Formats: sequence, structure tokens, C-alpha cells
Amino acid sequence: MTEVKSAEAPAPPAAVPDELTPGRARWHGLRPYLPLVALVVAAILPYSTLHLPGIFEGPLNSPGTLQLLAICLVFGGLAAGYDLLFGRTGMLSFGHALYFAAGVYGTDILVTKAGLPLWQAGVLTVIGGTTLAALLGAVALRTVGIAFAMVTLAFAQVGAILVARDFGGLTGGEEGLPLDVSGLPSALVGVTNTVNLYWLALAYLAIVVLVVHRVSGSPTGRVLAGLRDDERRIGVLGLDPYRFKLVAFTLAGGLASAGGVVYVLIVGGASPHITSSELTLSLLVMVVLGGPGTRWGPVLGGVLYMYLDHRLTAFGSSEAVNSLPAFLSHPLSQPLFVLGTVFILAVYFFPGGLASLRSRLAPLLTAIRRSR
Amino acid sequence: MVEPVLSVADLSVRIAGLHILQGVSFEVAPTGVTVLLGRNGVGKTTTLRAIVGLTPRGGEVRGSVRMGARSLLARPTHRLVRDGLGYVPEDRCVFAALTVAENLRLAERRGVTPAYDKVFALFPELERRGRQRAGSLSGGQQQMLAIGRVLLNDNRLLLVDEPTKGLAPKVVTEVAEVLERVAESVPVLLVEQNLAVVRRLATDAVVLSAGKVAWTGDAQELLLETALTKSLLGVGSAEVHS
Amino acid sequence: MNTVVLLTLTGLGLAALYFLVASGLSLVFGLADVLNFAHGLFLGVGAYATWWASGNLPGAGPDGFGFVLAVVFGVLAGSLVAVLVELVLIRPLYSRTIEQVLVTVGLSLAGVALLQATWGADPRPFPRPDWSRGVTSVLGAQVPNAGLLLIVAAAVVLGALLAFLRWTRYGLIIRAGVENREMVTALGIDVRKAFTLVFAIGGAAAALAGALGGVYFGTVSPGQGGSLLIFAFIVVVIGGMGSVVGSAYAAVAVGLLQQFVNYYGTSGLGDLCVVGLLAVVLLLRPQGLAGKVAHA
Ligand SMILES: Nc1ncnc2c1ncn2[C@@H]1O[C@H](COP(=O)(O)OP(=O)(O)OP(=O)(O)O)[C@@H](O)[C@H]1O
Ligand SMILES: [Mg+2]
Repeated sequence: MTEVKSAEAPAPPAAVPDELTPGRARWHGLRPYLPLVALVVAAILPYSTLHLPGIFEGPLNSPGTLQLLAICLVFGGLAAGYDLLFGRTGMLSFGHALYFAAGVYGTDILVTKAGLPLWQAGVLTVIGGTTLAALLGAVALRTVGIAFAMVTLAFAQVGAILVARDFGGLTGGEEGLPLDVSGLPSALVGVTNTVNLYWLALAYLAIVVLVVHRVSGSPTGRVLAGLRDDERRIGVLGLDPYRFKLVAFTLAGGLASAGGVVYVLIVGGASPHITSSELTLSLLVMVVLGGPGTRWGPVLGGVLYMYLDHRLTAFGSSEAVNSLPAFLSHPLSQPLFVLGTVFILAVYFFPGGLASLRSRLAPLLTAIRRSR
Repeated sequence: MVEPVLSVADLSVRIAGLHILQGVSFEVAPTGVTVLLGRNGVGKTTTLRAIVGLTPRGGEVRGSVRMGARSLLARPTHRLVRDGLGYVPEDRCVFAALTVAENLRLAERRGVTPAYDKVFALFPELERRGRQRAGSLSGGQQQMLAIGRVLLNDNRLLLVDEPTKGLAPKVVTEVAEVLERVAESVPVLLVEQNLAVVRRLATDAVVLSAGKVAWTGDAQELLLETALTKSLLGVGSAEVHS
Repeated sequence: MNTVVLLTLTGLGLAALYFLVASGLSLVFGLADVLNFAHGLFLGVGAYATWWASGNLPGAGPDGFGFVLAVVFGVLAGSLVAVLVELVLIRPLYSRTIEQVLVTVGLSLAGVALLQATWGADPRPFPRPDWSRGVTSVLGAQVPNAGLLLIVAAAVVLGALLAFLRWTRYGLIIRAGVENREMVTALGIDVRKAFTLVFAIGGAAAALAGALGGVYFGTVSPGQGGSLLIFAFIVVVIGGMGSVVGSAYAAVAVGLLQQFVNYYGTSGLGDLCVVGLLAVVLLLRPQGLAGKVAHA
């Protein structure tokens, strides 16, 4: 991953001086506000009754579509948080799902089994998830590289076992644990209020992006980037790589558990599949597909992955696929087959992910512009 | 002028963003020992490793390295070695968990009779200690093994990186004696910090400084010019004449 | 006493399964630095190929010699897939460790999905030779034959691997390569051939684990390799990466610990203890684990 390209540093507009193209100059002036514009558009999206056949099943403001979008947004945030480890610090953790699952199950158990009000449950869960990340990180970070990957994987496995074996009858085992909604604020309950959950997910995503952006712009972030590029040089500067990595690991763990709090509200319960190593692997896929170490790549990757994961299931059982011969239609009906294959191709042919597409296409675009 | 066995032209190496070699050019004579000198960390090891194609991943190598008519860069290490480029690395790098005999056996090649008699004549110790684990050999013995396994096959050129590093004075003399005998039949490009060894072995010298070649010429001449040696290598005259 | 014998032998059966998966994983990692998430896929391929062969391959069947033939077919299939994976997907990314891991991750996701697409997500009954359904009385304990079969198979594989590493030219190259791959090439050896070989061996061992695990559990399902793989990873880390003997010791420790604690404690506690063991080992000698242990 030495060739991680940064989306914040767009390729220079080769051979097209800005003063010759006033439109481009204005565009550059607007650029800093684009995220804000995107946020506003996303925020007013639920007021639209637009129907996009083939893309979503119902109109944009239908509860089904909003729920899918909310899930996508949460995973956009999760992927952005995971990128703090993978893309920005170069840590290959295979156990990130654990902190997300801690957020989901923590909230669910505290609300459903302990009867705490949601805000208390949420705060306690995030504190607990962050502490867990700090403790496990302190052990796991004694190793580096591949050994670190294996150790985080093993720790996450403990979470999966705890949940599946249902110790003390807390997690509901294989069945999962539906969220008891009777004590929740009424604005977050019921199909008609899905829009509030959507906004909650959007807020979560915005906060994660802001935090990750702030951290990576800070002196700490520069040390993290240094660790990614060459850990020895950071050591030579007299800084302790262990402490910086632990800070990143803890922060990412805290963000993931906060994502879990939001997620459990959206889907209304916890199910054991979120503890599986497959989820961590998916996070990795999201980040790599989107573009590790870039501001928007992981978000984009997370949103798109979750969308495809849900929609490919429908696509797989659609007429078009079913009419194909079996050796094609069967694999295509497996979202993970399609996503896994796309992922492998991306590793070979698009090492910078989606975020690098623009700079890759830049020469082409300038060529087109010039020929006009 | 006789044809050089190796010619390096405008060799440039970047590793992890550091521009370590910035256009290094020199030639290695077809006979005798050419010594590569320079202060610590100047890039002597980097030069040898670039020649055998062992620049670490992410490193960038430019320029040209030729052995006869053949260009060496961009060819995999194992092919270069099979074509007669012997490499004795810094810090010996014997396989510690393997026995001495296994270390030697590893260097055998299909279709080539290994020159065990030659190696054992130079290093009788290696024959006696065949079953000992290489990791438990002394530093000097490990160095003998590292040289010995390269000599099992015929070479057109030997690259030897600091063979006397960290050895006791008596062992240094032994290693120097061996290299002297080896150099009678095959040209050697030697990196060496011990100037007494350089004086004994070297015919030509190449001095690196700040990523470039600062001096080339007759090695004995260089050693005579105390002031020059001092400015290039940063060593005192006492050391030069010891 | 009977219980202890039974638990020991079932624990060793589990250990055998771990060892078959971990030994290949460990060699692949030790030599080529590839953390192979697709290793579970090789196991799945072995299991399904054996299952398929016992029903479809002429001469093969669910019993007797026919079953041996089916297992051989499964092992060959696993080995072949492993070699293809190395040649087509891993080799072009030579020495780009992270990308290689990513590719094996993608492969494990896509591969398992492909098995699922072809044979469905539900477990299928696995052909079990009559003999393997029975039990043998060992020191008064009634031990399932399928477990004993696993133990014997793992012991044979261990012996064969050690002999291979100790006595053959490629074994020598692999042992040297685990210690210092660069120096192996500097002696004029194309170490990538050894990579392919190690993948083939690892794939075969994992496929054998798939076939015999199928006999042991009585069913085969697409995700079977995945859960085993995580414990195999733990075994590899505890045992020291690149060390076959280390994997064997660690597999026995993990298998027995898991079995005994799961029996005398609550079910699932044993799995937790295994991860605890991993944490303890890491805390006591972290550098020993990150660094490779270099002997057969
Ligand atoms: N893999 C690497 N990453 C970063 N820097 C490196 C790497 N390898 C070498 N260097 C740097 O390149 C420079 C030259 O190193 P090299 O080992 O070639 O020096 P040398 O002349 O052999 O020194 P010595 O006499 O101590 O053996 C050093 O400053 C070293 O720190
Ligand atoms: Mg050196």
C-alpha cells in the first residue's frame, strides 16, 4: 500500500491554465463547500418522493428505501473509521467488527435486558467499546504486521463465540436479540419514523468523517501517516510508534461502537452475523474498493458495498439473471461472489480504489476538453 | 585498456524516499581486487545489492550495470548468480538453523559438479564441522562458510561485503589470506573498512562520497596519499599506516 | 479415567484437524510471507471434491477402496486449486504482502460463495465408510473411529512433512527460505518454485482435513473451512510461523485445552481459553512470535 493516492490532492489540470477556463476557476472556488452541499442534499433527500425504478424498490421517502440508505450511511461511517487504521496508519486489523458488535450488543442488552434509557445505554456502550479497544489494542499492538492481523482476528473470534454461546442468556445466541422498543423515545420507533433513523445515521457518518479528517490533519495524523510509510523513521525521530498506534486503534474502536449504537436502532435488534470475521473482511473490501487513505473513498466504498450487498440479492433472483445458464446464474446470485471478484480485480487494476478514478481519468478528460 | 568484467554507469538508487546513490559510475578490472571504499552509511552495501538485484521492495534503481555485453538490472537475482555473479553479503547471512553441510549443499546446482575439494582445501574447518549448526559457528567460521558456499561454483566475479567486520585481528588475517588466494583466479569487488586488509589485497579503488564516486584509481596510490585518504574516508594517518 | 482418555483422544482428533490446516498455513507464511485467508477454501474444495467423487467418479464410492480413491481425488483437487491460486493470483504480486493478503481475502469470500452457489448453503450428508461410524475401545473409553482416523492421518502427514523437509533438496530450500528468502535467491535458486510447491503441499493437507473432517462431522457445508481457519491461525501464531513441529505442538495444546475446558467448564469456555493462551504467549514473547522460528 505504498501507492495510496490522496483524493485531497487532485491531479494538476495539465496544460489547461486556470485563467483560460473561467468555469473551472469558479468550480475550484466551490470545492471546499461540496461536502456541505452533499450533506444538505442528503439531509433533505427524505422529502423527495422520487421513484427510481431498478435502483430502489420504493420511492426515496419510503421506509424501506430510507432504512437501506441508513444502513449504507452507517457502513460508510464504519469504513471511514476503519480507514483510520488501514489506510492512514497502515495497520491491518482483522477484528474491527468486534467493536461494532460491542456497540450493537451493548446497547441492545443494556436497553432490553437492563432496561436503561437509550441515552444512558448509548453512552455506556460507547465508553465500554472504547475501553475494550484500548485494552485489546494494548495487547495486540505488541505484535506488528501479519501477526497483528492474526491476533486481532483471534480477539474478534472471542466476541463471536461469546455471542453465539449465549453466556448468561444475554445475547440470544443464534437467534439474536430483538431490541425492546417500549422504553425508547417514540421518535425513533415505528415505520413512520424511519426518517429520523436515517438522519441519525447521516449525523453519525458526518461526525466520523469530521473526526477522521481532523485527526489526520493534526500532528498526530502526520505521525500516523509516517508510521504507514516507514515505521522505522518515526522510531528514529524519538516518537513511540506503539502509543500512536494505540491512540488510532482506540479511537477507531470507539467510532465503530458508536456506529453499532446507531445500527441497532435502525435494524431493531442484534444478530450474531455482525460478529463474524466476514464483516471485518467486508470493511477491508469497502476501504480498498473506495480508496484507502482518502477522505471520501472509504465512505463511498462503504455505502456502495452495502447497497450492492442488499441489491445484488434482488438482482440475483431477477429475471435477467435467472434466464442465464446455471453456471452463470448461480454464482451471480451470490452477492459475495460478485463483490469478492470485483475486489480481487480492484486490487490488481485499481490499487487506489474509486477515489483514484478521477486522477486516472484526468488525462482522458483533458484530452477530450482540448479536442473541442 | 583491458575490457572490464563489470561496468556500472550512472547507477542511482532511491529507498524509502532517500536518494542514496546519485549516479555512481565505475568499472571492475578483470583481474585482482577492486575495493569499494567510503564512510559508514554512504551506500556501499546499497551498491552491491543493486548490482545483484536485491534492492528492497519499493526501492527504485536507475542506470546501467553490465557484465560483458549483458545488462544485469531487471534480471532476477538467481539468474545473475547462476551466470557467475557470486555474492557474499554483509553480516555473512549463513542459514543459522541449517548445518554447515546443508548450507553448502544448498549452493549445489544441477548439472554442475560442486568444487568441494577446492573449498575444503581453503577451509578445512568446514569439512570437520559438517554436522554442526551454522548458527553455532564463530563469526570467523561463519564468514568462511559464507565465502565457501559461493566458491562451490565457478564465478566470473565475486562481490564481497565487509568480510572482516567484527572479527578478531587474527581471524581478519586468515580471511584476508583466503581472499588473496581466491583473487588469483577470479576478480573481486570488495567492500572493506579495514585499511590494512585493503593495503594487502586491493589493486584498484573506488571511493564513494555523498552518493557519488569521489575518487577512482590505483588503490596503493590512494593509501599513500594520507591527506586524501583522510578527507575521503575520515580516518587518521595512524590507521592508514598501522 | 475413561472420560479423561476419551477427552484426550477427541482433543487429539481436533488437534489433528488443526494441524492439517495449520501446517500448510505456517509453511506458506514462513516461506512466502503470505497470510492465506483462502486456505479455508482449499479445505472446502477438498471436502466437496471428495463428496462429489464418492458419488460420481468411476471406481470411487462411499466405502472401502472406493472411499480412499474419493479422498485421493479430493486431496488432488485441493492441491490443484492451491497451485492455481499461487500461480495466477499470488505470484504476480510477488513480495507485495498486503496486496497478497487482500487477494486471498477476496478469494475466500468469492470462493465460499461459489461453493454455496453450486451446492447450496445447507450442510450435505458426507459419505462415511462403515468402519468410521463405529467406536474403538481404548483403555475402556469408547472412541469414535473417525477421530482416530484423523489422528493417524495427521501423524502420517507430520512424519511425511518432516522427512520431506529433512531429506529432500526442496525441503532444504524451504527450510533455508523460511530463514532468509533473499539469501536463497543469492545462491542461484529460484525460490518461487518452492512457493508453488508449498502451496501445493498446504492445499493437499487442508483438503485432507476437509475430507476427513467431513467423515468426522458427517456433513459438509461451504463455510466449514472458515471457522477452522481462525483456530488454525491461532495455532500458527502460538507455534511460531514457518515451523511445522511448532504447529504440531501448538495444535495439540489448543485441541486438548479446548476439549477439556469445554467439557469440565461450560461449552464455549474452551474456545475462550485458547484465545487467552494466545494472549499470554504474545505477552510473554512477542518478538519470538513476530519473528520466524526457523526449524522444521
Ligand atoms: N531499506 C532501507 N530503508 C531506508 N534506508 C536505507 C535502507 N537501506 C539502506 N538505507 C540507508 O542508505 C544508506 C546507505 O546504506 P548502506 O548500507 O548502503 O551503507 P554502507 O556504505 O554499506 O554502510 P556500512 O559501512 O555501515 O555498511 C544509509 O544511510 C542507510 O540508512
Ligand atoms: Mg554496508
